[in-house]
This record gives sequence, C-alpha cells and structure tokens, in this order.
Amino acid sequence: MATYTDPPTESFRLSQLIYDTRYRSMTIQVVAFILVMLALVILARNVVINLGALGKDFDFGFLFNRAGYDINQRLIEYSNDSTHGRAALVGILNTLLVAFLGCIMATILGVFAGVLRLSNNWLVAKLMSVYVEGFRNIPLLLWIIVIFAIMTESTPQPRDFRGEDAEASMLLFDSVAITNRGIFIPAPVWGDGTLLVVAVFLASLVGIWAFRRYARKRQEATGDILPVFWVSLGLFIIPTLAVYLAFSAAIARDQYPLVAVGAEQGMTLEDYVAENRNPAICALPSTAGVNLSSALRGLDQRADILRVGSAAELQASVASGDCIIAAMPPDMVDEFTGAVDGVEVATLADTVDRGRPLQFERPQLAGFNFEGGVQLRNSLIALWFALSLYTGAFIAEIVRAGILSVSRGQTEASYALGLRPNRTMNLVILPQALRVIIPPLISQYLNLTKNSSLAIAVGYMDVRSTLGGITINQTGRELEGMLLLGLFYLLTSLIISGVMNIYNNSVKLKER
Amino acid sequence: MSDTHAESALATAFVRKDMLPEREPPVAEKGAVKWLRENLFSSVLNSILTVLSVFVIYWVLSHVLGWIFYGIWDADSLTQCREIRDERYGEGMEVACWAVLTDRWDQLTFGFYPSELYWRPVLALILFLGAIAPVLYAELPRKLLAFTAASPFILYWLLWGGSIWGPIAVAAGFIIAWLVFKTAVPIIGQLGAIIATVVVPILYWMFLAGPLAGVIDGILPIGIEYVPSDDFGGFMLAFVIGIAGIILSLPLGVVLALGRQSDLFIINKFSVIFIEVIRGVPLIVWLFTASLLLNYFLPPGTNFDLMLRVIIMVTLFSSAYIAEVVRGGLAALPRGQYEGADSLGLDYWQSMRLIILPQALKISIPGIVSTFIGLFKDTTLVVFIGLLDPIGFSNAIRASTDWNGVYWELFIFIGLCFFISCYSMSRYSQYLERKLRTDHR
Amino acid sequence: MKKSVFLGTLAVAGLAAGFASAQTLAEVQERGALNCGVTTGLTGFAAPDANGEWAGFDVAICRAVAAAVLGDPMAVEFVPTTGQTRFTALASGEIDVLARNTTWTFSRDVDLSFEFVGVNYYDGQGFMVPRDLGVSSAMELDGATVCIQTGTTTELNLADFFASNNMSYEPVPIETNAEAQQQYLAGACDVYTTDASGLAATRATFEDPSAHVVLPEIISKEPLGPLVRHGDNEWGDIVRWTLNGLISAEELGITSANVMELAAGTENPEINRMLGTEGELGAMLGLESDWLVNVISSVGNYGEIFEGNIGENTPIGLARGLNAQWTDGGLLYSPPFR
Repeated sequence: MATYTDPPTESFRLSQLIYDTRYRSMTIQVVAFILVMLALVILARNVVINLGALGKDFDFGFLFNRAGYDINQRLIEYSNDSTHGRAALVGILNTLLVAFLGCIMATILGVFAGVLRLSNNWLVAKLMSVYVEGFRNIPLLLWIIVIFAIMTESTPQPRDFRGEDAEASMLLFDSVAITNRGIFIPAPVWGDGTLLVVAVFLASLVGIWAFRRYARKRQEATGDILPVFWVSLGLFIIPTLAVYLAFSAAIARDQYPLVAVGAEQGMTLEDYVAENRNPAICALPSTAGVNLSSALRGLDQRADILRVGSAAELQASVASGDCIIAAMPPDMVDEFTGAVDGVEVATLADTVDRGRPLQFERPQLAGFNFEGGVQLRNSLIALWFALSLYTGAFIAEIVRAGILSVSRGQTEASYALGLRPNRTMNLVILPQALRVIIPPLISQYLNLTKNSSLAIAVGYMDVRSTLGGITINQTGRELEGMLLLGLFYLLTSLIISGVMNIYNNSVKLKER
Repeated sequence: MSDTHAESALATAFVRKDMLPEREPPVAEKGAVKWLRENLFSSVLNSILTVLSVFVIYWVLSHVLGWIFYGIWDADSLTQCREIRDERYGEGMEVACWAVLTDRWDQLTFGFYPSELYWRPVLALILFLGAIAPVLYAELPRKLLAFTAASPFILYWLLWGGSIWGPIAVAAGFIIAWLVFKTAVPIIGQLGAIIATVVVPILYWMFLAGPLAGVIDGILPIGIEYVPSDDFGGFMLAFVIGIAGIILSLPLGVVLALGRQSDLFIINKFSVIFIEVIRGVPLIVWLFTASLLLNYFLPPGTNFDLMLRVIIMVTLFSSAYIAEVVRGGLAALPRGQYEGADSLGLDYWQSMRLIILPQALKISIPGIVSTFIGLFKDTTLVVFIGLLDPIGFSNAIRASTDWNGVYWELFIFIGLCFFISCYSMSRYSQYLERKLRTDHR
Repeated sequence: MKKSVFLGTLAVAGLAAGFASAQTLAEVQERGALNCGVTTGLTGFAAPDANGEWAGFDVAICRAVAAAVLGDPMAVEFVPTTGQTRFTALASGEIDVLARNTTWTFSRDVDLSFEFVGVNYYDGQGFMVPRDLGVSSAMELDGATVCIQTGTTTELNLADFFASNNMSYEPVPIETNAEAQQQYLAGACDVYTTDASGLAATRATFEDPSAHVVLPEIISKEPLGPLVRHGDNEWGDIVRWTLNGLISAEELGITSANVMELAAGTENPEINRMLGTEGELGAMLGLESDWLVNVISSVGNYGEIFEGNIGENTPIGLARGLNAQWTDGGLLYSPPFR
C-alpha cells in the first residue's frame, strides 16, 4: 500500500515564473501584454509628437465645416453647402448601394457561370472557363477601368438622340435611354390615392403569406400539392393592379389649373415660358408636377421641380418666389387669384392632368442631357458590373465545387423516391450544396464590399472618394479621415460576416 | 421430348465459324459529327446555347482581330502611327498602335532602373525561382533550403545594390541569434533563451550592425552600384512588392495562426484582433495609411522611402490572410497528431516544429499560392499613392506628348502580362491540390 | 528560418531610415541628389520620355534647383505624387521640394504649413467643349455634365462658379488627366474643366484639335508654384531665388548660350552679381558663387524653359500671356538681385 504524502509546501520562488508550467503561461501572457501595450504607447506618443511638430491637432471638428464640393450621385439631400460629415454619409450610402447591388448580381452571375461550366455543351463550358479564368487572373482595377471605357465608347451620347433622324433612340416606348452618361429609367412619383394602392398591396402580401401557410399545412396533412407559385403570383399582381387601374380611370384625367407668378390672366404656357425660361415649378399632387415638367420639356424648357407636401407649403413657395408656376387642385385656385402675400399671380390658359396614384416620370432630352427619371450613372454601372463580374468568377468556382461535392447517389436516391428533377434540385441537392457554398460565399461578399473602395478609378463617389479623398485633401485631416474610413469598413465587414454567419448556422448540419 | 428438340435443333443448327467484319458506325455516331452531336447539339436548349455562343465569339473576334493584327509596330509617336495608318490602310480604319509597347517596353518592365543593370532584376527573379523550388517541390534535396534562407539577403542586395556588407551584417544577426539560443538554453532555460534570442539580435541590429557594416566596408569595399527605390517601376515593381510581401508575411502569418490557435487568452485575443482588423479594411486604405500616416507613427525624424513603407504595409496585410490559410491547415490536421506529439513528451515548440507545422504548411501551400496571386494582382493599387506600377506607367506614358491618346494597347498588354503570370501560378496551385489530395487517399 | 527573414527586413528597413530635419540644404548635399515631387504625368509639365528621363516645365524647376545646389541638373530623384499624396510627401520630408502645378492658396500656405516660394506659371481654370456643341460662353452651360479631376482646387472653383451663377451641373470626377481626356472625347461629358494650360495641352494632342474650343471665361486664379516645408527658411530662400534667377535671367537677356560669356564679367552690375563675378550672393545662400551660372547653363532661363516645354513651338503651343515678363505686359516680376 502506497503512502501518499502531501507535496512539500515550498514557498513561491521567482524562478517558478519561468520553469513551472503552472505559472509560465501566465508569465508569457503578461510579458506579451506589456510588450503590446508598450508598443501602442510608443505609437501614440509618436503621433502626438509628430502632430505637434506639424502644428496639427487631433480634432473631428472638420466634419461640421462646409464641404464646398459637389457629389453627383446622392441618395440623400446634399449640396456643396452641406458639411463634410454629410458628404461622408453620402459616400457611405453610395458604398453600401454598390456593394449591395454587386453582391446580388455577383451571386446570380456566379451561380449561372458555375452551373454552365458544368454543362455538357462543350462550347458553353469553355466560354465560361474563359470568363472565369479571365476575371480571376487579371487585376480588378484593370477590369474596372476597361469596363468603364467600353461602356463610354460603345453607347451613344445624349445628343445623338436629338433631331429628326437621330442616331440613337430610346427603348421601351421612349421610357429608357441608354447613354454613355448612364442609363435613364422612369422614376416613380406618388400621387393622390397612393395610400389606398399601397394598403391593397400590403393586404395581398398578407394574403400570400396566409395562403402559403395553408398550402403547407394541407400538404403535410393530405399530401396534395397546391399551385403555390401561380396563386402567389396572382395575389401579388391582380388586386393591386385592379385598384390602381380603377383609381386611375376615376381621377387621372382631372384637369388642374396652373398659376404663374407675374403672368397675365389667360396666357398660354408657351407664351409664359418664352419670357421665363427654365422655370422652377411646384405642384400638388406631385404627379401633376410631373405632367407639368413633361409639358415644359416638350417646349424645350428645363424645369426644376420643388417638392411640396401641403397647400401651405405650396403657397409659401410661390410667395417666396422659389417656384414661379404652380399646379394645384381647382378648389385651391381661389386662394391664388390676384396676389399671394403681395406677389402678383394669374391663372394660365393651359391645364395639366391630375395624374395617376403612381406615375412614372419619364426621362426626356432637355438641354445638354436627359432630365427627369432616375439616372443610373455610368460610374455606378461600370463599378457594379466590374465588381459583379470579378466576384462572380470566384463565386462560379465556389458554386461548381459545391455542386460537385454532392454525390451523384443523392440525385439517384431522390429519383428513386419519385421526386421530379426540379424538386430534387430544390429539396435534395441545393440544401446540401449550400452548406459547402455559403462560408466561402460570405468571404466573397466581404471582398466585394472592400473592393468597392476602388470606385475612384471610375469617379464613383463612394466613401473612399468623399471622406477618404476630397475631404482629406481639402482639410488636410488625413489621420482623422483615415481612422473614420477604416472604422467604417471594419464595422461593415463585421456586420456582414455576423449576419451571414447567423444564416450559415441556420443551414448548417444539426449535429448532436 | 427433349430429344426431339435437340434433334431438330441440330438439324437446323448454324454456327458461324468466323467473325463478321466490323461495320462502320453510323455517320451520326462517329468522328466530328458524333462529337458535335454530343457536345454541342444534344438538346434544343444546348443547340440554342451553342448558336448563341458562336454568335458571341464571332461578334467579338470580328471587331477585335483586325484591329489587333493590322496593328502598327514601328512608330515613334501616336501622330506618326496615325500617319502610317492612313498611308497603309486609308482613312477611317481603326488599328492598334503597338509601337507604344516597343517604344516604352523598358519602362513598362523595369521602370527607371538603369538599363545597363537590367541583368540584376532578371538574375534576382531566376534566383527567387530557384529559392522557392525546394519549398514548392518536395522532391528536391532539403539542403537547398539553406539557399532559400539566404535568398532574401541576396535578392535585396541584387535589386538595390550598394555595399554587400549591409545585408551580410544584417544576416549575421540571425547567426548571432542562433548562437545565443544554443548557448543560453543550458544556462538560463528555454524561455529565457527565447527572450534572449529575440532581444540580443535586435540590440545588435539597432546599435552595432550599421557601424559594423560601415567599418568593414571601409576596410574592404565590395559592392555593386546602388539603385534607389524611386527607380523601381513597371512589372518589376509589382513583382518586388508582391514577392517581398509574401515572403515576409509567411513567418508572421504562421506566428499569427499559432497565436489564434493558442490556449493563452491574451495572445489569442491579440491575434484575433490583429487579423480581423487587417482583413476588415480594404488594402487601398492600408496603402493610404502607408503613404499618408505611417510617418505619424514612426519616431520623430525617421523617414524611409515609400516603397519600403508599402512593402511593410503589404506584409502586414497579407500576413493576416496567410494566418487564416495556415489556421485552416492547422485545423485540418487530425487531433491525433497533436496528441501523438504530446505523448512523445515534446514541448509546444518541438511539437510545432517537428510534427504539426510541417504537415499543416504542406496542406496550406495551395491556399498560400492563391493568397499570393491575390496579392500580386492587388499590387496594382499602388497607383493610387503615386508609385509607377504598370498601370501607373500607362498614365505617365499617356502624359507624354508622343503618346497622349493611346488607350487600349497599354491596358491589353498589361492585362495579358498579369494573366500569364497569375494563370500559370493558379495552374500550379491546382496541380498541387490534386497531388495533395492523392496523398490523403 | 521564416521568422529570421521577417526580422531581417525590419532591420534593413531600419538601416535605410534617414532623418528629416530643418537642415534640408545640408541633407541634399550629403545625399548628392534632390528629391523632387512631380505629377505622375501631365503633358508638358512632367512626364518621362522614352529614355526614362523626366521632362517638362515643372521638371525644369527641379533640375534648376539641383543645378544650383549640387551643380548637376541630373542629380534629381523624381518622386511621382498624386493629388492626394503630394502634401504628405512634402510634410513628411520624403521630398525636398514639390513642383507639381500646385495652386498657391491661403489654406495651403497657412493651414497646411507650406511655403510657396513664388509662381512659375499663372494659370486659371477654363472650360473646353466640342465645337459642334454650339456653346460660346461658360454662362450657357446650365445643366451640363462636367468632367473634372478630383483632388484639386478645381472642384471647389467649379462648385462656386455654378452656384454663384445660379446654374446646375453634373460633376463627373475622374482620377487622372488621361482618363478624363478619354471620357471627354467619348462624349461622356459635355465639358472638360481644368487649368487653362492643361486644357491647351490636352487639346493639342487630340486627333482633330480644331473640333474643340476653349471657352473664353477663366473662372479662377491659379498661381502655380513650387513649394517647400515651413520652418526651413534657408532652403526656401534657395528655391525662391533659383526661380527668381530664372525669371531675372530672361529679363536681363542671360541665356544658356551666352551665360558663360557673361560670367566672365559684364558692364551690368546686376548680371555680375547674379553670376557671381561681383558680390557674395551665392555665399549668402550657402551655395557656390557661380550657382546661377550652373542653373542657366543647364536649363536655360525662364523663357527658354517655357519655349522648350510648353511654348508656341511645341505641340502644346501655349502663348506667354500672363506669363510674359512685366516689361512685356505679363506678370513675371522678379525682385532685384541686390
């Protein structure tokens, strides 16, 4: 029988910190911690000394100063009188926009190319290989520049659309114009009755959700499969469209009078704008404004539409001279006869349509450029395409590997169970392939977002170009600017990877 | 009954004595027709796709081929190019002006590197290929690794030139480190020895290496012509930054990967923070940091040239990516390998050095190669901070009155060069992946 | 092995470290070369030629300073800088002088702490449009799409010009002149705006220059000049008086052809003082007495530099205009060498 003795209770010796494995790891960590902190302190000290030597301070006050430069694509209100902080915000939104669009298109392209690369059509498979290898092996910067140049060289200029026998013409019933400054598409404008249409639309969404629930329950109970897709599609479109059309038929042709500042009573619009070129206009509802500006463009005038929300705002704008032609419901005209707050106004002979609940403002050629509608600028499209094509090539490889990773036996087993090919794909192959595909897909999305910082190569005003470019250059605040820029990208990356990881966990194999 | 049957069978039996000659397969099942049917027109959808693809290929080639092959190779300026074009093909025909490549070939490849010294970067590239060969091909004798270890100093000396004693004095620091380690282990134990191994050479480099090199150079001046970093440019610059970045980031990446796998809380967290911060921010922001901010972080008065700053930044950047690749390799090793190493009584460093890392690094090589391809492509971003890489030169060349207005020729050439380098590397990586896969089966 | 490689480079980097201090002149002389910041490429002002030698109007300033300080116009390391990196490069001591068509403004001088030593080109921002657009004045540009280089004062001027004339426009920011040119020629913008000299230089290299017009309006003052860091006045004096020397030399008729002859001594005391045969002007700057002889014999006087790089006999074909001597109705006016 062995006798246990207590280990000798020797006192702690300093050398134990090095030799004793119980303490050694702690020693190493403490030393590492001290070293890293020391390095940080030295860096901070250097920064303070260097800033002092250059006569600079560390101050984010510049964010509240006037920026003074213009940004072409702005998703929120911005002018050169806004602050640098707001310019940074505009840039952030632009970055997020192109990253978002890019991720969607890259996924579509990648899935497409990945599947086609496995196609048994030799030519198609080879073409896709050329695409994938070409984009994977040539720097993104070069692609961005080249795609931008191809787009500007191969599309017509706005002035090619001018004249009787124009070299270029608009597409889709004159509603879309593809130019080398970008693609102009119709912009939605909300008019009277929008609320009703939206309410019906939301109700039909609820209906779709309820129907799908019902269909699934029924399938589980009885095995019958209802035509979910077609019913959903029908619910999605028909009620909303019916209400919209009915409402439009009821109100669209109402004629709204025009009131103009400094006009003679009963003057025509054409005569009025002959004296007041390129007038600023305002209207209630906005759709009447769209019809008015469209009429003005027909007279070869550009019109700045001032958005107003209420009758009082409309009146104030006319009184202050911010807009000189106003379209309004007939019952409001009485308040505008004679003078508004001392400004001479008169009703014109012409009237405009009241407009539909939702109307699309079409782009029209006016002056140097297309006016109205939404302009998808070339810089956005080029960057978007380049990022999606480049990332798509990487995603194609990921998708291909994902599909190849699902063994053929799975398909065969599924067929043996009597599932049709599309259900086999949806229920058997894709869920398994997705598990392989998603983790690398996340890092591709992250790459795309980070790569969007090359936007400056095409003059797309992302956050790197506004905050990290012009602002730093005009204010000389490179330390603060780069710090904010780095933080923004870091935060975005962490959020994207966080969200995608949650999704990844939900599709992961549930193991014991 | 059976007899009758057999009898009648015998009576009518006919047995062929010789083989029929092989018949030609039907036309639709052989040769080009069969291949076409199977590979291009196997179904309606496939036929449509094929026709569509043929149309796309035709459309692209018909627009591009003439432009490329009628291109003009002998001219001194774009104006001259246009004159030759009008003379040769008449007005209005668009052809490439490849003469810009012949005229500016040296700049696109070597930048402003002195032309009589072009052999140095070329030799450096060959030496580099020789140095990585033992890493990439396991068949080569292991002794060549000694050359690999020495190559960074040789490459530095070849590219930048100057006195040979500088790189030697620096390299001597590593020999000192090794000697310190060997002598210190028996005296102050392993941890102390490691600390000494780190501290002594750093002190040596900070205070002794420079003067030492100066003194020896005074006695025995051996050296080649010094070339400043400003003279580096073109593809050479891309190669130097890419290769330096990847070589230097390997050791750092391995350390970070070990740190991230480590059980020590603080070291683990530091590694994770470093890796995530570096990976979360785009390279272009880091390059701007190198260009605009690094001076703030250095001790006052210190200033070293932009290219070294860029290399440092690129090294830190790619080390985070390498760390993730190596971590994948470490994670892919079966748990038994770690346990086996422990059961042999090896300590942490021994087990890492002898058991874990050799295996983990081997399976990480394809990942490392693709990281390198990515890094090499990303070197084009240095154009934004004013370094003249090939794209930077394309701007500078177009700024001269001779070549103002040239566009596609330069970009096509640059793209082609990048494609050739990157594609061959990715083929190598694929080959390696296949080879490694068979190893495991 | 791997670890050692990394540490080695750190050490190499450490060895390569230099020191930036106030003694720029001593540093340059010790280094044996002038670090001069230029553009990454601007037609006529700075671009490498087929032999890899930088040439241009701004480059000549660098060469002149190198000739003054080191006696050798070729002892220059050109550091290409972008609109964004130029000021940091100068502030950090990476370059000794920035000669990169940089506009002298209050905030750059005072807030960013640089010292503009003079003006080597009086410029102004202008507009170029295709002739068939039918525009004859910048006032007709309401609603136009404007190509513009980012990272310069032109962005701010443009915003101010359109705002003050109550016009709207669509800016298309582009990173480099070469890209902007491509966009403009493809018609992606109606107007290209930059310094008038840049417009002329760009237009000169078009396949059909006559199809484009530069509008008469000049919307800003753009005095372009070389600059140095605040705080080293001796060095600032050297660059300033080298520039003044180039200008005075033209005024007094000193050219690269006759400078050797004149250096032997002339009737004109100012020429004698400049060329070092009388007085101690060179020594006061800490330079050789024949510093200006070196400068002028190697790069010529201001007029020669102008004519050689951007003048009317070059493809760029700029007229002297504001950049003529004050005696010819221009703005060039060098303080006396006394």
